[in-house]
Amino acid sequence: MQELNVMPEAQSAPAPDAGFEPAIVAFVCNWCTYTAADLAGTARMVQSPNVRLIRMMCTGMVDPKYIIKALLDGADAVLISGCHPGDCHYINGNYKARRRVKLLGEILPRFGIDKRRLKLTWVGASEGNEFAATVNRFAAEIKDLGPIDTRRLRLR
Amino acid sequence: MGSIARIEVKDGNPVAALRDFCARLLEDPEVAAVLAPRLLPGGAGTMPALVADPAEFRDVDPLAPSFRLNAARMLTRLTRGADDGGLVAALLRPCEVRAFIELCKLNQGSQENALVISLDCSGAFTNADYPRYPGSTGSTGELLGFLSASGRGEFGGVEVARACRTCEHPTSPEADLSIGLFGQNVEQGLLVMANTPRGEGLVTRLGLAEVADDGARAKALDELLAERTKARDAMFDETSAATSSMEGLSTFLSACVNCYNCRMACPVCYCKECVFLTDVFDHKPWQYLSWARQRGALKMPTDTMFFHLTRLAHMSTACVGCGQCSNACPNGVQVMELFRTIAASTQQAFEYEAGRNPNEAPPLSVFREREFPEVTGGLD
Repeated sequence: MQELNVMPEAQSAPAPDAGFEPAIVAFVCNWCTYTAADLAGTARMVQSPNVRLIRMMCTGMVDPKYIIKALLDGADAVLISGCHPGDCHYINGNYKARRRVKLLGEILPRFGIDKRRLKLTWVGASEGNEFAATVNRFAAEIKDLGPIDTRRLRLR
Repeated sequence: MGSIARIEVKDGNPVAALRDFCARLLEDPEVAAVLAPRLLPGGAGTMPALVADPAEFRDVDPLAPSFRLNAARMLTRLTRGADDGGLVAALLRPCEVRAFIELCKLNQGSQENALVISLDCSGAFTNADYPRYPGSTGSTGELLGFLSASGRGEFGGVEVARACRTCEHPTSPEADLSIGLFGQNVEQGLLVMANTPRGEGLVTRLGLAEVADDGARAKALDELLAERTKARDAMFDETSAATSSMEGLSTFLSACVNCYNCRMACPVCYCKECVFLTDVFDHKPWQYLSWARQRGALKMPTDTMFFHLTRLAHMSTACVGCGQCSNACPNGVQVMELFRTIAASTQQAFEYEAGRNPNEAPPLSVFREREFPEVTGGLD
């Protein structure tokens, strides 16, 4: 598995103050949310630079371990975003993603990882504005939440 | 509720009565062989054996409180695929029955080809503790004492495994036949309850005498369940408190050496090939060095937390709480405590209970169009 380089040197020891810049890993589907991100970019919409996009063919292929690894390796939050229900290019991948996020939403908070650090959204291909708004809202939310514990603990 | 019959016990020896029962099972034209726990040499407990010759039941002991491995995986090997070898009658603990049902849901075994017989379970000692149990030498008196206490208390200074002390499923209504021990005077007779048409057919063919239910088993079971549920909830509270932060979880797992024995021993770790044994985790030297430089120091072996969290995500909805993970751990990590505690949450989240019903699909294998609106902020 490729290392998710979410802990650049400058952020390796973040202060718990307003200067904190969260690192957010986003798994987005090729057909809807990635296209929306592209649209937001080409339309020059202002977007928080805290999000690192990983383009997947479908949210249905986001294995729970991708999310776990990102959070263990110091990502402050994970965003998963795909097609609206009924719009999945592969018919039902987004429904599977929803069950997996539900599952991790039960497991991770038991170990003190705030539920808000894992987010699933539906953003369609034409919704560039919605993508930019989602990213900006999420980045602000995580900024308020502060850095994830795993950054400090440096677990593996 | 199916019919209830009785196995007569002679000379106060229920093990001999069960050996005789196994031999009679083998006489049934439908039954090709019997899978039952058999004593190991040197008082080392029992392991399952597939018995096809009635003379070989002499060492079978389904009542010994030994649980060296979960036999569900063994039974899947004997039943998977099309029915071509005949029916295998299997004497199992309730947690083995439930694990077998989970594996059948994943097409790794077939209930069609198995006649599942479960015994009321008083629990078992860990593999490490079993030699200290005085009955390990084969003493019937010790066994009778153990059964009459339903596994409660100390025997030669050891208690049954914590997984058993906190198990709220000591009986198995899912099996074709249940052999009732709770509330019975096992020196005189055992109950046989048919739970399925296949079980009914067998009871009829064996010509066992029907008896009326005197309620003694249900009463004894209720008392046992109350104690075990209380112990289970205390274990959940204790484990939740110890692992309520990532730091706590890291401490909880600190003795783990990544041997993956828990994964090997787990009956419901269903992957044919575990990703943690593949090239994905065969990191290159430069990768380790880069992590070490990035963090200042890198724990070796790596990926311990990652392994346990991933396994929780993969199999906690199928966890039957048999405790073989803790039994297999060479370093005393409380794996069972952690997995049972989390499994209780994940199974409840999907209104699922592992092994309860063969017709309930595993939660991660199905979906509905509209569900869990809280996951997506109310949007579906």
